[in-house]
Amino acid sequence: MPDIITLAHGSGGKLTHNLINDIFARHLANDILKQGDDAARFDLPGGRTAFTTDSFVISPVFFRGGDIGKLAVCGTVNDLAASGASPLYLTCGFIIEEGLPLDELERIAASMGHTAKECGVKIVAGDTKVVQKGAADKLFINTSGIGVIASGIEVSGSYAKPGDRVIVTGNIGDHGCTILLEREGLDISSDIQSDCAPLNSMLEEVFSITSDIHVLRDPTRGGLATTLNEIAVQSGVGIQLYENQIPVRDEVRGICELLGMDPLYMANEGKMIVIAPEGPADRILEILRKNRYGMNSRIIGEVVKAPAGRVVMKTVTGGNRVVDMLVGDQLPRIC
Amino acid sequence: MNNFIDDFRNSEIARKMGSMLSSYRGRPVTIMEVCGTHTMAIFRYGIRALLPDGIRLISGPGCPVCVTPSYYVHAAVTLSQRDDVIITTFGDMMRIPATAGDGSRGESLLSRKAQGNDIRIVYSPLDSLKIAAENPGKKVVFLSVGFETTVPVIALSVLKANEAGLDNFSVLSANKTVPEALKVLSVDSEIGVDGYLYPGHVSAIIGTGFYDEIAERYGIPGIVAGFEPLDVMHAIISLASNINNKKIVVENQYCRVVTREGNPVALEKMNEVFEARDAVWRGIGCIPGSGLQVRDKYSKHDAWKVFDLRQEAGNEPKGCLCGEVLKGKRTPKDCGLFGKACTPENPVGSCMVSSEGTCAAYYKYGGI
Repeated sequence: MPDIITLAHGSGGKLTHNLINDIFARHLANDILKQGDDAARFDLPGGRTAFTTDSFVISPVFFRGGDIGKLAVCGTVNDLAASGASPLYLTCGFIIEEGLPLDELERIAASMGHTAKECGVKIVAGDTKVVQKGAADKLFINTSGIGVIASGIEVSGSYAKPGDRVIVTGNIGDHGCTILLEREGLDISSDIQSDCAPLNSMLEEVFSITSDIHVLRDPTRGGLATTLNEIAVQSGVGIQLYENQIPVRDEVRGICELLGMDPLYMANEGKMIVIAPEGPADRILEILRKNRYGMNSRIIGEVVKAPAGRVVMKTVTGGNRVVDMLVGDQLPRIC
Repeated sequence: MNNFIDDFRNSEIARKMGSMLSSYRGRPVTIMEVCGTHTMAIFRYGIRALLPDGIRLISGPGCPVCVTPSYYVHAAVTLSQRDDVIITTFGDMMRIPATAGDGSRGESLLSRKAQGNDIRIVYSPLDSLKIAAENPGKKVVFLSVGFETTVPVIALSVLKANEAGLDNFSVLSANKTVPEALKVLSVDSEIGVDGYLYPGHVSAIIGTGFYDEIAERYGIPGIVAGFEPLDVMHAIISLASNINNKKIVVENQYCRVVTREGNPVALEKMNEVFEARDAVWRGIGCIPGSGLQVRDKYSKHDAWKVFDLRQEAGNEPKGCLCGEVLKGKRTPKDCGLFGKACTPENPVGSCMVSSEGTCAAYYKYGGI
């Protein structure tokens, strides 16, 4: 077998089979995937089901703290977890640009297998297509996932209520900042790495002490600011933030200052926003902080009645400012 | 660096200063923040909300993207459509629409990029040199906008290109300098500035000597300030007090960075490559000696000459008040397009495009 992906790997012939057996089956194997039929068959436990899909097109495919494979598993697992579901099964589709070194594909598949194991999910079906050079950027991955929601759990972006506390499960902006530095080849030395992580088991720990949680959402693209705006609009409430409570790593703050970016709008891949009534908020915080992915969890604000649909932040000066959604991309400024 | 950030964002001191500001009882004063970075900081930290009725802050023309005339955007969009050209630019320039002949919204670099033209966002003009070296068959044009803060590194990239024989690198200069524009604003009685909040980073390059001239010739005091909340609040308090006490002086509150002489090395590079020329400021018009052009000695790196492009005044978008806003005569809320036809997603005027533009700042952080 040549050591790069060629169009022949996507032809459905012998090379395709080799690719599936040598790489995907080896790293992702489980009893359902082994069925080897056109569709995976399985029974779901009773109760309500959550079902979601996401596509991953990140450049570079390897970055500090993760890779596109880990991201593709965590992203879909976290979307399920944010619906209050325990993720069970994932599918994955690969669109590969010809010329991708096989060892890179293997590292990515291994990373997916490893992450799926950590999450306790099985990858039960998959598909591979190879496209001509230039028709994709190395590798695109789509994952879909299915999970079940335990009885008593009712979360939605439209359930935030005045008086609720807003918790974020750790430092914001690490992923966005890491990718920015790597993509642009900026000559800044730093120790930051992507926070890419699966959050399902942490949230299951929280649900084991209370189901009194109104909203869960992971602040990925668009960052904390955009996600909170979505929630404020969906719930028809205002959100009041306290700038001095929002956890941001010093390096991230420094890099954002230099480049004219705002950490509030930087992507996260291993953080969750938890909105819950004041009563259980402190206990939730305690549980989150015991988990390796939630050690720096903080209450960063509260849900208020007005102004409905807006996020307002009390700044360090004591003044207020509106925190709007991200428009377009954050673009580096001139001075 | 981080210590500097924390020290100048100290919550407790900030709140004390906030209440000092709010309790101002002097005569009504109008202070112009010359620079877009100050405009942003004032909104970002909610400082405008703390101001008493007696202190009016108006935003000056200090956002480089905002004062770049529409013919420049038109030239950049036209150049980007050539197959032999790679455009490199700071991100801010991407969204400004060129203005079509009838005053309607034309194309932007962002839309040209989506249509396949080779336009690349860079963080430093020096990144363009690498691109030029890797693409010897193409002409790499850097969109050179910005004030004294940005010009020295652009000059450095021209000097390096010249040394390395990278003849396929050129800059399309619309660079501007602050001093001459300040003189024009100072004599405009309609604006009625009582004091200037001078930009810390520009001053770090040019020094503070020129501001003394403004104080002496036009009787307008000023203060050089940094961009952290404590910097800005302290500067406003001091300046308002000086205006009240008729103390016509220039204070340097940002002495941790700014000296009277500025940065002689940076100034030397700038003067080696660039010379003064008359320049059109969008919305304000032509200000003699306020722009920079590449000296003849380096003409092979001057995109205006390399591509034989004309610099002529073009159309401004219909109904757009950017010019009045840039001079501080009107606020964005006076403009019929603001927040309706003109939003950050679909900007009409340049003040809505740059994150430092007055309209963008009002739109993003205003509303409460």
